[in-house]
Amino acid sequence: MQQVFADGNWLPYAFAFLMGLSVLIYTALDGYDLGVGMLIDNAHWHEKDRMIASIGPFWDANETWLILGVGLLLVAFPAAHGLILTELYLPVAIMLFGLIFRGVAFDFRSKAPYQQKWRWNNRFFYGSLLTALAQGYMLGFYVIGFDRSWAGILFSCLIAVALASAYCLIGACWLIMKCEGGLQEKAVKWARYHLVNSVVGLVAVSVVTPLISDRIYDKWFSFPAMLALVPIPVTTGLLVIGLFLVLRHMPFPRDRYCWLPFALTIGVYVFSFVGLGYSFFPYIVPEQMTITEAAAAPASLRIILAGALIVLPVLICYTALAYFVFRGKATELRYD
Amino acid sequence: MELDPFLLSRIQFAANITFHIMFPSITIAMGWILLFFKVRYNITRDQAWMQAYFFFTKVFALSFAVGVVSGVTMSFQFGTNWPGFMLTVGNIAGPLLAYEVLTAFFLEATFLGIMLFGFRRVPDWLHTLATILVALGTTASAFWILVLNSWMHTPAGFEMIDGQAHVTSWMEVIFNPSMPYRLTHMLLASGLTASFLVAGLSAFRILRDDRAAAVMKALKTGVYLAAILIPLQMFAGHEHGLNTKEYQPAKLAAMEGAWETRRGAPLVLFALPDESERANDFALEIPYLASLVVTHELDGEIRGLNEFETHPPVAPVFFAFRLMVGIGLLMLAVSWLGSYLLLRDRALPEYWLLALVGMTFMGCVATVAGWYVTEIGRQPWLVHGVLTVHDALGPVSGGMVLSTLLVYLGIYAFLTVAFIATLFYMAGKAGYGGERDPERQAMVGEERMTVIGAAE
Repeated sequence: MQQVFADGNWLPYAFAFLMGLSVLIYTALDGYDLGVGMLIDNAHWHEKDRMIASIGPFWDANETWLILGVGLLLVAFPAAHGLILTELYLPVAIMLFGLIFRGVAFDFRSKAPYQQKWRWNNRFFYGSLLTALAQGYMLGFYVIGFDRSWAGILFSCLIAVALASAYCLIGACWLIMKCEGGLQEKAVKWARYHLVNSVVGLVAVSVVTPLISDRIYDKWFSFPAMLALVPIPVTTGLLVIGLFLVLRHMPFPRDRYCWLPFALTIGVYVFSFVGLGYSFFPYIVPEQMTITEAAAAPASLRIILAGALIVLPVLICYTALAYFVFRGKATELRYD
Repeated sequence: MELDPFLLSRIQFAANITFHIMFPSITIAMGWILLFFKVRYNITRDQAWMQAYFFFTKVFALSFAVGVVSGVTMSFQFGTNWPGFMLTVGNIAGPLLAYEVLTAFFLEATFLGIMLFGFRRVPDWLHTLATILVALGTTASAFWILVLNSWMHTPAGFEMIDGQAHVTSWMEVIFNPSMPYRLTHMLLASGLTASFLVAGLSAFRILRDDRAAAVMKALKTGVYLAAILIPLQMFAGHEHGLNTKEYQPAKLAAMEGAWETRRGAPLVLFALPDESERANDFALEIPYLASLVVTHELDGEIRGLNEFETHPPVAPVFFAFRLMVGIGLLMLAVSWLGSYLLLRDRALPEYWLLALVGMTFMGCVATVAGWYVTEIGRQPWLVHGVLTVHDALGPVSGGMVLSTLLVYLGIYAFLTVAFIATLFYMAGKAGYGGERDPERQAMVGEERMTVIGAAE
């Protein structure tokens, strides 16, 4: 054991974990604000302001998790970073176009002349949609091992829609928590609708991954391991059922448990992610490159890890502070 | 026609970074200017300082948002177009970028929410603290990025093993020879960019008859700050030039338009450098001055371009350098005379305000020109002496790069126009609460008074 620590052989795994964690946090946090961005298209004029106000103080920091995730890939696994991103050249570019429009639209819409506001609202919507679809497409394309056949592209498109829907789901749950009255009721309806779509996507990934790869099939369906793994799909299933039931009866009197759908959705995200992570481990590029093969020099990894271990707790503290300051129902955003 | 992915990728990265750097140049120093407004308010409790703060936080927020999204784009382009960069020097670039995200980016992004929208939600001290942390975050971010960029110009503290750079000393990597000069030069550039932006927008408001106390305070802050920073910047730029002479003499030769190595070299004010003839056409020169400036001796030696096996393309470096210096001199004139007029008359005449409006974005132009000098001046290297730009290119097709490049160019042109238009729109309506009605302005002032009173 000491030998392992001395070699730094464990470092790539620590970084794979950190990177996975960043991506998971990103999909949950930026997921809800992308979701809200896609849902504004269905909302009334005055509701749009409130919806965007609910994500206003957070989106900048949420997006930073993407930079951290990609940054860690870049930093800790330079070989994989180049391989993955050159494979994903176009979807990455499309995602970036979306991110650019949505990020700036958020700020422009409140500052541009009033007559142009609807245009910026539209750009915010399309930017969010494009970002979510591109990310979903990349996820699908990654899962299927960069398969450029028609089936592969079709599968990627399916996952694109499913991930966008999953973002809408968590966005709607966020709104249930942060809004009241008519908007909250609408958010409940949106959440119900998108829950169905998300589950379809989740099932598709769960069925397809073991089928396209014998290795993944064996990892899940060999006997002793299977018992230990059963909790993952079972818990995910229970969380989904819980979410169905809660959403059927939302909103509760005196707004009790308005946070519950959001918490349950986060649970679904976490367990789906763990399942996906288990399937691909120890590969960082499916079936092509393992975590250790792609890793940077241990000396560099060590110095980043030292920094990360000091900074991450502080970062979590002040993120919590920001959420605490802007707790409760969303109100109008004012600079003064 | 064969599309060259190398040239297209270079244009794409240049377009990206040109667009991107304008916004950090604004926000790095704007954060400290906002802190100054906030501290002045805390000390004097004068509403006008807080109103100046509120107006320029909007400018800050807008610049920050555009800076973030264009920065994200770049972090992806390392992988999509230039994977060789990380493969070769990832062990050095990686940790520096990681520290930037961890120590700076999260700090600014998280506290930005409290700084922008938290004035009425959090205690005053926490709001001030958030402003400090955002300013610190943007500056720390600049520090890490400039460390990495300087290392690419003057690499140190590493050894090459099997074609990959491995660190031997982090101190030498971080405090590489050009880092202190480049960092100082860039921070001062940001200071000038932000102060001319503040002065320009305030002058615009005064021209629109918006004579609120907050506007005058911001105008003075902008003009005086510029007047203080510009001589410092000229000195810092000079020192940076001397550093370049030592470590990247070919770049310096291109900046000076010097083809032959000679003693007592003249300063070329203007010329058309011709690389095929290896000479300057239509040169306008001041004898001995270049040697005097660069070596501090009349007959000091300046090494010419012909001495180097490879050197950067001369014309772009030569002209960008003159553009930067020219704007610097203009800034000196406008800010010093402006300060003199402000001190004498406590106001600026209309033509001077117009000049300031015209100078609003000159800081951005000068900063971009300066970056062109240093970055084009590093060619053909990506990391000086270690990795050429050509070797870093990934397996992308020219058609693909062209298609994304065109979209990027379209988006950036659109956003630049929208950004400038929106800033002037905000400045135009700020005093009137959206309407041209002086009564309304007074009411807004009162409202704000009670709001701020309640928050204390």
